[in-house]
Amino acid sequence: MTGRSSLLAGLALALALTACRREERRFSEPQVLVARRERAVAPPSSEPVAAFVDNAWSVSEGQRLFGWYNCAGCHSLAGGGGMGPPLRDATWIYGGSPEEIHRTIVEGRPNGMPEFGSRVPDYQIWQLVAYVLSLSGRLRQDVEPGRPEAIALGQPPAMTYEKKPVPANKGTHP
Amino acid sequence: MRLLRKGIFMLCGVALACHRRPPPAPPAQAGSTVLRDARVHQAAPSRVNGEWTKVAGDDQNTRYSPLAQIDAGNVARLDVAWSFKTGIERGHEAAPLVVGSMLYIVTPFPNRVHAFDLTHPGAPPRWTYQPPNEPRAQGVACCDVVNRGAAYDEGRVFFNTLDDHTIALDAATGKELWNTKLGDVNRGETMTMAPLVVQGRVLVGNSGGELGVRGWLTALDAATGAIVWRAYSTGPDEDVLIGSEFQPFYPQDRGKDLGATSWPPERWKLGGGTVWGFVSYDPELDLIFYGTGNPGPWNGEQRTGANKWTSGIFARRPETGHAVWFYQYSPHDVFDYDGVNESVLVDVDTAAGLRRLLFHADRNGYLYVLDRATGEVLSATAFGHITTSHGVDTKTGLIAYVPEKEPHVGATVHDICPASPGAKDWQPMAWSPKTHLLYIPHNNLCQDEEGMEANYVAGTPYVGAAVKMRAGPGGKRGEFAAWDPLAAKQVWHIEEEFPVWSGALATASNLVFYGTMDGRFKAVDAQSGKLLWQHQLDSGVIGQPVAFRAPDGKEYVAVLSGVGGWAGVIVPAKLDASDPTGALGFLNAMRDLPSRTKAGGTLYVFGLP
Repeated sequence: MTGRSSLLAGLALALALTACRREERRFSEPQVLVARRERAVAPPSSEPVAAFVDNAWSVSEGQRLFGWYNCAGCHSLAGGGGMGPPLRDATWIYGGSPEEIHRTIVEGRPNGMPEFGSRVPDYQIWQLVAYVLSLSGRLRQDVEPGRPEAIALGQPPAMTYEKKPVPANKGTHP
Repeated sequence: MRLLRKGIFMLCGVALACHRRPPPAPPAQAGSTVLRDARVHQAAPSRVNGEWTKVAGDDQNTRYSPLAQIDAGNVARLDVAWSFKTGIERGHEAAPLVVGSMLYIVTPFPNRVHAFDLTHPGAPPRWTYQPPNEPRAQGVACCDVVNRGAAYDEGRVFFNTLDDHTIALDAATGKELWNTKLGDVNRGETMTMAPLVVQGRVLVGNSGGELGVRGWLTALDAATGAIVWRAYSTGPDEDVLIGSEFQPFYPQDRGKDLGATSWPPERWKLGGGTVWGFVSYDPELDLIFYGTGNPGPWNGEQRTGANKWTSGIFARRPETGHAVWFYQYSPHDVFDYDGVNESVLVDVDTAAGLRRLLFHADRNGYLYVLDRATGEVLSATAFGHITTSHGVDTKTGLIAYVPEKEPHVGATVHDICPASPGAKDWQPMAWSPKTHLLYIPHNNLCQDEEGMEANYVAGTPYVGAAVKMRAGPGGKRGEFAAWDPLAAKQVWHIEEEFPVWSGALATASNLVFYGTMDGRFKAVDAQSGKLLWQHQLDSGVIGQPVAFRAPDGKEYVAVLSGVGGWAGVIVPAKLDASDPTGALGFLNAMRDLPSRTKAGGTLYVFGLP
């Protein structure tokens, strides 16, 4: 083996080993058994609802928290539903106003929606409300989130939030 | 960045050390030498009176009826004798039971039990029982709020509720005899499986492998409901009921506390291995057999190791629960390949004498033939399209995974076949001792998947994957196949548009029954697969058909319609298919189902005029 090729081989091995460490995610810290409250500066509670729902940063934070608190686990990454009802359509079982959605998240609902009021700070719940509203295309377009935290899967159009017109007859479902 | 990451991942693959995988095994053998000259042992018929007292018909899980009145010559005239709407429009996966002159069904949540009197025309309801329940259980059921049926023994009907109770009713009156709480919905635990009663013990297991639930099988005293034993699927030997009797066939399953040491510290506590499939029983070996569910979370990077005792099969003593052997179909599963699919017990005669076998069609795509006395794998043959592994080495018992198909956080892996519901999910197959064939309802699905870090929040999903499923090769999502397990080959198959999510039933007149998700209930010729009869029902069929002889002396075939389950939940829950990752990725493959059927819930009983 020439010096040059052994150097190359050595480099490749080093890179491979580093890569291994890179890929081998460490989870040495014991995993939390309840959702952690994130330490962050909360905005004043008197902030009007509009400050959250018309705020691109809130919506994008809500998108992140939607994954973090496992909302996505039941309602799916883009709100199509699964264990929980879909959030992309025009049906709102417990009301679709920002205040009603907020209450649903805070208190939970009897048929399976857990209460998150004791585990999530209020401003984050408002951010989640903003993101939930965005799923059914109910926010101004300029505050909509960008690329979602979901698989592109080689078909980006499927995962961009398709705009669906919100039907006038809210509350009914075909 | 994405390219760089991909490059690093490839280097990692070259360095092998990252993966700790066995070298590829040769392709699965077509039947082992042991089986080449084996002949099915003709056992005396276990049932002659025309009842159907267990979900699978018998302890061996054959789903074979010895009745033969309805046959190829008259099945074309088969029609609805009577029907009953349950009033619950969710996935109906249960099998009716017939004991004496009564027919029993258990519905999806809220888990009502109905008893019908077969001695009167139209079979009027005799009694109905509605258990108390916790509605929030619906929010932690991974895959619709299904129930797979009840059990009967000595005048009692036993069933599980979604909110983790096992309840015994007086079969004659519907009066509650006992009600034992076994789990906690706040931790994501539910119960969906059908119990099996063995030696006065009611065997029940839990569901919730997608919610960080720790799996178990529990035996209850049939008379009192008291817990006799509980065997966990993960954790130290003491919890798993592994002791001096434990003699697994393969060396990788021998050692102390493997259910804890084959995980990162403490991870087994959230490790899955739930027990939600069917249990089989061999009275001569005095063993029960059942599979364990997938390890949790799906994201395997969060749980390095073999993750015992998930995605495998236990043989245990029914009296004590002590483990006798274990075999792991999918060590360190990363695809949600639960090992819970039923085991069908069949004996064969070989040159060396009687051999007791077990047939099992796994989510991972292989049809296994095991020696059920020892846990030795005699053959493992692909019955579906597989890209995630090369084969199973019957000498070592090890499956040879394809490392490139393993999902990683931040990377999307394409063409994972079979998809997470497997080549076959829970939908139970039938065995005919006449044709010596298995009748396998199954799936033809592949998926793309991106790993994500799963964050444990009690009572919410603990998965760590974004999945998008679609039809496998050929474009049809389902198949109904006749399979010769000794020759290890398919004999015939019927392609179906949707996954065949119903159970199968074989009868002595060489008819085989199954249903489709778009609501057609079919009878086909057991030898050829030729369609002999079909009937359009009000909703898709994901239930388990059964055959019985009523007090009028006539044979009937009963099945529940009511589309749902993981595959069909899009219909009753009105999910939004514009999100392809909905329903854990199943939504993408089932967008057209709502236009082909509607939600429902009806018991249909078919007879000859």
